[in-house]
Amino acid sequence: MIELKNIYKVFNKGEANEVVALTDVSLTVQKGEFLVIVGSNGSGKTTLLNIISGTEIPSSGTVSINNTDVTRYQEYRRSKWIARVFQNPLSGTAPNLTILDNFRLAALRTTSKKLSIGITDAFRKQVQDKIATLGMGLENKVDQLMGTLSGGQRQALTLLMGIMDTTEILLLDEPTAALDPRSAATVLQTADSLIKQYGLTAILITHNLKDAHQYGNRLIQMSEGKISRDLNSAAKNNLELPEMFSWFA
Amino acid sequence: MEFYITAIMLGLCLSSMSLGIFISMKIFNIPDITTDGSYTLGAVITAILFTAHWPAMVMIPVVLIAGAIAGSLTAIIHTRLKIDALLAGILVMTGLYSVNLIALGRSNVPLLNVSTLFSSIKLFTNQTYNDIMAALVFIGIITSIVTYILKTDFGIAMRATGDSATMTRALGINNNKMKIIGLAIANSLTALSGYLVAQYQNFTDINMGIGIVITGLGSVLIGDALIKWLNIRSILWQLIVILCGSIIFQLVLAVTISLGVDPNWLKLITAVFVLLIVSIPRLKFNLRQ
Repeated sequence: MIELKNIYKVFNKGEANEVVALTDVSLTVQKGEFLVIVGSNGSGKTTLLNIISGTEIPSSGTVSINNTDVTRYQEYRRSKWIARVFQNPLSGTAPNLTILDNFRLAALRTTSKKLSIGITDAFRKQVQDKIATLGMGLENKVDQLMGTLSGGQRQALTLLMGIMDTTEILLLDEPTAALDPRSAATVLQTADSLIKQYGLTAILITHNLKDAHQYGNRLIQMSEGKISRDLNSAAKNNLELPEMFSWFA
Repeated sequence: MEFYITAIMLGLCLSSMSLGIFISMKIFNIPDITTDGSYTLGAVITAILFTAHWPAMVMIPVVLIAGAIAGSLTAIIHTRLKIDALLAGILVMTGLYSVNLIALGRSNVPLLNVSTLFSSIKLFTNQTYNDIMAALVFIGIITSIVTYILKTDFGIAMRATGDSATMTRALGINNNKMKIIGLAIANSLTALSGYLVAQYQNFTDINMGIGIVITGLGSVLIGDALIKWLNIRSILWQLIVILCGSIIFQLVLAVTISLGVDPNWLKLITAVFVLLIVSIPRLKFNLRQ
């Protein structure tokens, strides 16, 4: 599904503040895998995710999605496969557009946005039904501006927007870092059930080791720009939480 | 009375530009200085085509396309060469001054004895009513078209681009392409104002565009203040309020001049007026603190 080969990423190359973010990283993520990445700050987790999404272009190495070489594809072209949830709950939605407008765009993620009116009564109903599954009571507020909602609500809606169009890959970059514990739990549970329901390939970056322990079927630890541990499903199931904490001691 | 009707007519003619500035300023957050050049460009093309005996309606596509080219040039310089949008606009505006002057041949061309959009309408015996009628119908059509565009899937994508660039990139929208199309539409509308004003005042002058962007910004700011104050959500009504902003702006200038102020002060008054509109909400905010 996703294949990274010998990825290097250097920021400010040749300057005094040169930073080597990734060193010879190779990683293959199979279809249906729910990969969790942990690692301390500056270990290269976010850079790795940004290289998959196209926000960053690797200094060398190749990125393939579904056997297509996408190394030089800009971010918006990779949205054909990838849906994303950002660390900042405000980044994934447009605050001055209504919830319905936001969902309309999400429903067209993989296709062109045409000069015709797409928000019909049928579409409104479809969005309301989807939003009702969250149980947050937002289904009757679809004409409200996105900016009037809380971070947790917006993050949950961003997740739902991810599955409005055909999605194969879901990238979650610390989606709960800015949320209170209860919203965080709702968002992760929603993500987990959507990933299972739609058979998505997912990558979750988190600093919360409990979440890393609870969710996903593969676990990677990154340190100093390299993958230092890679646990498959069975190994992850046998992993005890205290042992994980010891990785960071 | 005649005095105020002229102000209203001018406001109507300039409201197409205000819609354009609404798109560049409120949707894309770009203060688009190209406006000064593309407004004159619209008027210059109108003068040239009237001289070549084109009917007023037939020249509209040419005016629109010329404005679109000017706007997309600014957007291409801004997005591809990564030059600040303000500077890109100034560059295109400066270049357009020469283009306009060369195309027009001299600095002022009168449009006498031609059948303009206004003079061709003969519904009422009083020509003033015909003028207002023509302007209202024309602006009505333009506003409906812009409303429709902004309501389509493409329009939502355009509105989202200025609102959350991170989101639109992740949703498969090419932000640069959107800015190019957006500024093209904005400057088409501006050129259309040049087309209307040239016909209304019966001449094209090479300097008619100087500082016109401030008039447009002022109109949009008045409109925007009303939109926020009345909490207007419908796109159609938002655009109608922007049109009203354009008319209010011209009326305020007319009142100022009727008080006996020397018209040479007009640009300074315009600038101070816009400064007031921008600063009053902030001053109020400071008092509260």
